[in-house]
Amino acid sequence: MFGYYLQLGLRSLRRNPMLTALMIVVIGVGVAASMTTYAVFRATSGDPIPQKSSQLYIAQVDNYGPESPGAEPLRWLTWRDSMALMQARQAKRQTALYPIGVSVLSDDPSKLAYPVRGYAVFTDMFPMFDVPFLYGGPWSAEDDEARARVVVIGKDLNDRVFGGVNSVGREIDLDGTNFRVVGVTARWDARPRFFDLDVQKGFGDLGDLYMPFARSIADQQPTQGGNTCNLPSGPGWDNFIRSECVFVSFWAELPDVASADRYLRFLHDYSNEQRSAGRFRWDPNVRLRNVMEWLSYRRVVPPEARMSLVIASAFLLICLVNTIGLLLAKFMRRAPEIGVRRALGASRRAIYAQFLIEAASVGLAGGLLGIVLTGVGMMGIGLVFDPAIAKLAHMNLSLLLLTVAVALVSTLIAAFYPTWRASQVQPAWQLKSN
Amino acid sequence: MARVAGAAGLAIEIQLIPGPTDMQIKPILSALRHHKSGTLLIALQIALTLAIVCNALFIIQGRIQRLSRPTGIAESELMVVNNKWVGRLTDAPARQAADLATVRALPGVADAYVTNAFPLIGSGWQSGIRRSPTEKNLDSGTAVYFVDDHALSTLGVKLVAGRNFRSDEIGSLEENGSPDAPTIIVTRALAQSLYPDSEALGKLIYIGTSDARPSTIVGIVEHLQSPETGAGEDDRWKNVILVPMRLTSAGAFFVIRAKPAQLQTLLKTVPTALKANSTRRVIPEPHGVITFAQIRDMAYRGDRGLAWMMGGISAILLVVTAAGIVGLTSFWVGQRRRQIGIRRALGATRRDIVMYFLTENILISVGGIVGGVVLALVLNRWMMMEFETARLAAIYIVIAAFILLALGQLAVLAPALRASRVPPVEATRTV
Repeated sequence: MFGYYLQLGLRSLRRNPMLTALMIVVIGVGVAASMTTYAVFRATSGDPIPQKSSQLYIAQVDNYGPESPGAEPLRWLTWRDSMALMQARQAKRQTALYPIGVSVLSDDPSKLAYPVRGYAVFTDMFPMFDVPFLYGGPWSAEDDEARARVVVIGKDLNDRVFGGVNSVGREIDLDGTNFRVVGVTARWDARPRFFDLDVQKGFGDLGDLYMPFARSIADQQPTQGGNTCNLPSGPGWDNFIRSECVFVSFWAELPDVASADRYLRFLHDYSNEQRSAGRFRWDPNVRLRNVMEWLSYRRVVPPEARMSLVIASAFLLICLVNTIGLLLAKFMRRAPEIGVRRALGASRRAIYAQFLIEAASVGLAGGLLGIVLTGVGMMGIGLVFDPAIAKLAHMNLSLLLLTVAVALVSTLIAAFYPTWRASQVQPAWQLKSN
Repeated sequence: MARVAGAAGLAIEIQLIPGPTDMQIKPILSALRHHKSGTLLIALQIALTLAIVCNALFIIQGRIQRLSRPTGIAESELMVVNNKWVGRLTDAPARQAADLATVRALPGVADAYVTNAFPLIGSGWQSGIRRSPTEKNLDSGTAVYFVDDHALSTLGVKLVAGRNFRSDEIGSLEENGSPDAPTIIVTRALAQSLYPDSEALGKLIYIGTSDARPSTIVGIVEHLQSPETGAGEDDRWKNVILVPMRLTSAGAFFVIRAKPAQLQTLLKTVPTALKANSTRRVIPEPHGVITFAQIRDMAYRGDRGLAWMMGGISAILLVVTAAGIVGLTSFWVGQRRRQIGIRRALGATRRDIVMYFLTENILISVGGIVGGVVLALVLNRWMMMEFETARLAAIYIVIAAFILLALGQLAVLAPALRASRVPPVEATRTV
């Protein structure tokens, strides 16, 4: 019966080519608009480290005092607070972290150096964030202690400087000082870069270099993220890091809820200690957020992405309402035909099947058109969104299947009411009036 | 449930309204009751379309307004070089001075200065400012540009009161230093928000941390935009402080004003001249050497794109809605051929038939628009919470409602004209 109904459906669709084309185009455009914006939303709202995101926490400790009760602490910590948390070792793993910018010098003196974004981190960061290594591995805890001139570089930097070979043990000239390469990471596209949100919300240039935190501080590497100084501090680097200026992030790995609760209590206690010492003059104002909570708090998904997803979904809804109307007109115009079929013994079920199959073929065609238009839409993403974000949104198999599925399902939903009306046609009425 | 399409014929007797012109609404309403689902669908579609279109128009207008904010500078003649020294150099200030002298001496350069930020760059230095050491800050942060005495002439910013910096006033900003220079220049908007009732020139303000030294306002410029291109609806984008300090940090921007028609040449000669001075520097690819026109283009790409997208979606929506109205109305015309024939046979003119369908559409549209206004306000309320957009102005609802009314009338015209061509003899055919 399926084949027969399909045949009937296609014949009926051919009878009003304009109406059919209109329905297909409306569905295709509606699906494409919502799928294109969904692709952007998906690319920006995803979990950058799904296997670990619930175990990685960023700590905030208010060192200025809340402006109003319950006000959020600043995003960063002071150097001294982050060092105190490092030394307390209350988490399974922990790292203080801030983005840096270094210049990579080449042997050829006529060439300009080129800038690389990187991170000052502790060695715990590599296993914490599951950083994949191509060659070598992290530096040792002793290297952290000794402020060793060692460095882990990313694949792109390794390709550029060492031609992609295993460069572990070789030297790289950063800002005029030689550093020994101890590891090369595989390309690691965790997006958004949850620990580096201050430039382009974690969608910008991926850092491609990791340096021991203490080495970076000793080398007076300024932060490439942001910093805030609300209290006076003397000029110069040493005064800066010992001041109340905040610029360091502190990440802790806490495997379960109980340890996270313990850690939050520890932050409270730490804040109270600072209060007893006379440094803080307020009740503890601390936060502990895991990766997804942090991304949501920092509003990483661009407002444009959410706004356009909402508008595009509403657009799809309107296209569906429109499809309901057009299908209704189309099906009800065939009331006489339905009457004859019913009088000849077709059950309501049969009418249902026939019209749903007809609608499904429209939905399928709309879905195929939707794929093409989504492809066009993807090319246009770069016009609306930041190029760094546009790069992330791409067509893949799951989006392809989703496009067809959304088109099909939404057309069937839209067809439900018109089909029901068609199945309710009274044969007697139709036969009499014709 | 026996209401079927053919049952619309029951409305015949009520539709028979004598008189050529006095179109009455009651029979139309009565007929619509027999097409509940179709009527509701069109009304729903108009309501949703109105809600989306007026919010989209509002977003477009907001974005256009933002990207047409004037920077206050001679954009077409400006270029920027992003320069960073390699490593920490003790003689960075001397090198910077040498570079600046080189650039200013280049043929085709009108003037140049070095700064930390400029309009549309996106982020920069912000400081809290206040009129007395103990007062609360004016707002969460006011943009600070570190400049020298060449900045005003390079940018082409107009001084409306006071004077420019003197070359002996240019201090130097140490790392983690404070921007509390003894003399500063502010924008007129900032001067007015600091001293709404009196002349700001010559007054003191305090910039930065609580131990800041007082800074005297020695000059007021007409307008200069802050680095941010963000969504803020307030006037903070007009608030800028010019602080006469040389940067001593590794990275800085050279802002260069070209003489007429020299900009394209300078894009090549400036980096070459800088490299000739020293190669111990980084000029990042691809945006290390850039015209201000490109900076503007990148800064507002998202706003422009969103405006285009909203415009595109609105246009397609209107077409889809119109197509839906054409489709359903055509169906109704086909369904009511007999009634139309009877009306024509009983003396209704073709004009009456057209008027009937036009009026019917107006009734449906008005219903849809009423629902749409509610939906539009709900959507706007949600966007105000989520995206901190402003309250939807009534004018956008009025415009969108008018567009939809006109569109509905246009869409219905073709099927209505077809209906009016139904011959009176149709009445005798099938009954």
